[in-house]
Amino acid sequence: MRSKTIKVDLLARVEGEGALHVKINQGVLKEVQLKIFEPPRFFEAFLRGRDFREAPDITSRICGICPIAYQLSASLAMEEICGIKVEGQLQELRRLIYAGEWIESHVLHVFMLNAPDFFEVPSVVHLAQVHPEMVTTALRLKKLGNTLMAIVGGREVHPVNLRVGGFYKAPAKKVLRDLLPEIRWAREAAIRMAMVISGWEFREFTRDYHYMALSSPDTYAVIEGSLASNRGVDVPVSKYDEILTESHLAHSTALHSRTRDGGTCLMGPLARYNLNYDHLSSGARELAVTMGLQRTCHNPFRGIQIRMVEFVHALDEAERIIEQYEVPSRSFMEVEPGAGTGYGCTEAPRGSCYHRYTINKEGIITDAKIVAPTSVNQGPIEEDLWDIVAHNMHLSDDQIKFICERAIRNYDPCISCSTHFLKLTVDRE
Amino acid sequence: MPKSGKPKLAVWKFASCDGCQLSLLDCEDQLLSIAGKIEIANFAEASSAIVKGPYDLSLVEGSITTEHDEERIHQVRKASRFLVTIGACATSGGIQALRNFSDVKEFISLVYARPQYISTLRKSTAIADHVKVDFELRGCPVSKDQLLEVITAYLGKKKPNIPNYSVCMECKLRGVVCVMVSQGKICMGPVTQAGCHALCPSCNRGCYSCFGPKETANSSSLAGWFLQKGASREEIVRLFRGFNGNADAFRKESEYYEE
Repeated sequence: MRSKTIKVDLLARVEGEGALHVKINQGVLKEVQLKIFEPPRFFEAFLRGRDFREAPDITSRICGICPIAYQLSASLAMEEICGIKVEGQLQELRRLIYAGEWIESHVLHVFMLNAPDFFEVPSVVHLAQVHPEMVTTALRLKKLGNTLMAIVGGREVHPVNLRVGGFYKAPAKKVLRDLLPEIRWAREAAIRMAMVISGWEFREFTRDYHYMALSSPDTYAVIEGSLASNRGVDVPVSKYDEILTESHLAHSTALHSRTRDGGTCLMGPLARYNLNYDHLSSGARELAVTMGLQRTCHNPFRGIQIRMVEFVHALDEAERIIEQYEVPSRSFMEVEPGAGTGYGCTEAPRGSCYHRYTINKEGIITDAKIVAPTSVNQGPIEEDLWDIVAHNMHLSDDQIKFICERAIRNYDPCISCSTHFLKLTVDRE
Repeated sequence: MPKSGKPKLAVWKFASCDGCQLSLLDCEDQLLSIAGKIEIANFAEASSAIVKGPYDLSLVEGSITTEHDEERIHQVRKASRFLVTIGACATSGGIQALRNFSDVKEFISLVYARPQYISTLRKSTAIADHVKVDFELRGCPVSKDQLLEVITAYLGKKKPNIPNYSVCMECKLRGVVCVMVSQGKICMGPVTQAGCHALCPSCNRGCYSCFGPKETANSSSLAGWFLQKGASREEIVRLFRGFNGNADAFRKESEYYEE
């Protein structure tokens, strides 16, 4: 076989910089590596010596796409250490801003990053030329998510209104209620768009995944619950480190997470859907049925549909919370530092975001550990790629590249979280 | 100018969180009309179509932290007619510049089990420390309005109207009562450049300086006020050592209080 190397400079429409290296020897697949060379930023190191109240603002800067995940995981960990539990309307406001983040992030991924693949166009701007109505609808939906973030959090990217113990200022009832007509429009529009998406062609692909996500008996868990899986894991968040450990591979500045037995697991929409289906809003479940989805789904290429289901769920949550919202008498609970270690985990749009901190009695952070969902999802991404390349080696490098890019995008990987380019090299010897 | 007759826009990323370039995609009401006036020629997060340079307008996000990026920024400069840095990382080194005050080797071994795999520079530095920058947009993240102002000003061939007064002015404009005077809260507003419309004070908290030092910031006077308000020296170090801790006016102040 003629030996050739093909280099493609960019994997676009992912958040962060990475590369994919595929090695084929005499027609046999030898190696698949997802390389991440995002420059290391050392958050866990410089958090040491900072005040515990600063952790939400500092860690939100790990990711501009899911700052709420970082702010709330950090806050939950600190609150555990200090012995307080945020409940009632303050907890509901946290759910509301998180719904805003899911709405914004899922629309960004579905329509701006993923949908162009289905039409083989390079971007949402190009998509707007073929499907103007879809793109203008998507932009309006996205704006709703951002508006929710801005009303509750102050601004869309790196909100300023969240603090350990609650919020600096509780939003007024009227500004939230004024959003209800737009939320109801969005729900109709989302269902319409989901049906359009369901008519697209999805690659047949399934694997036996180990799904992991937060799970709770009462709700589609986002900021509560235990860490659960379809293979028997069900532990409090404080046992996260006993379930998943990180290792550092030479080809990546992102740490790879594996289960104790060396296995991989999958986090994010697909995992949540499979583990927590019963707790989706009735409207979201109805949409799943109408789209022809089963109670379980093991095809990551259908992730775009699952995101639409979660999108409707987030809209239903937002509507429910706003309808019941009363301005809380206090916008936050007083928090006094106490020495100890605490754990926080919440469901970022792309999977569980885990934080662990130790603070001293003055409230100074002495140790910090943060695991972004992408470092967990690198495992199943590489395995998916391995499967796909192994079954498609007869295709041209360009065709392989196209399928691989899509397979990576299924995970909406936020590479900047872990640590943007995806360069693909195929070595055929 | 390309054949389309539209100027070419490029968006570049260095060490950062993607939040500033996301702000461009967050301009939901203007995104398609921007794309009608300017060709999105190189924006990896949004498009897989990469048009060759040179580019008329380059937006640069992120700070320089690796040898590779130290070289790459020169290539970006060469390929760009007008280069604008967007956000705190690109204009001052960002939150990751906190390493500049520590031993980076120790940092690497704290985060990575195999330090030998990590290549990084000792310091995180601003883009202007490496190449000529034509305009700087502050903020962690940038303000969408200011981002749109820079792009439209470029298209209209005029100077962007970006104020360089302090956040205090924005509180007055917005009718927000001073949180430091009325509630004794520690606030970085007096030394911080405007741009956020006094976001934090309007949420009833002190400013933590996403936008970095304003022109002629009197940091030492403000730090003196913080002392009077009961802040410890360590707190003052942390206040000036935030998202723009590597900016001159703030770095000097935090180093003074560390001694």
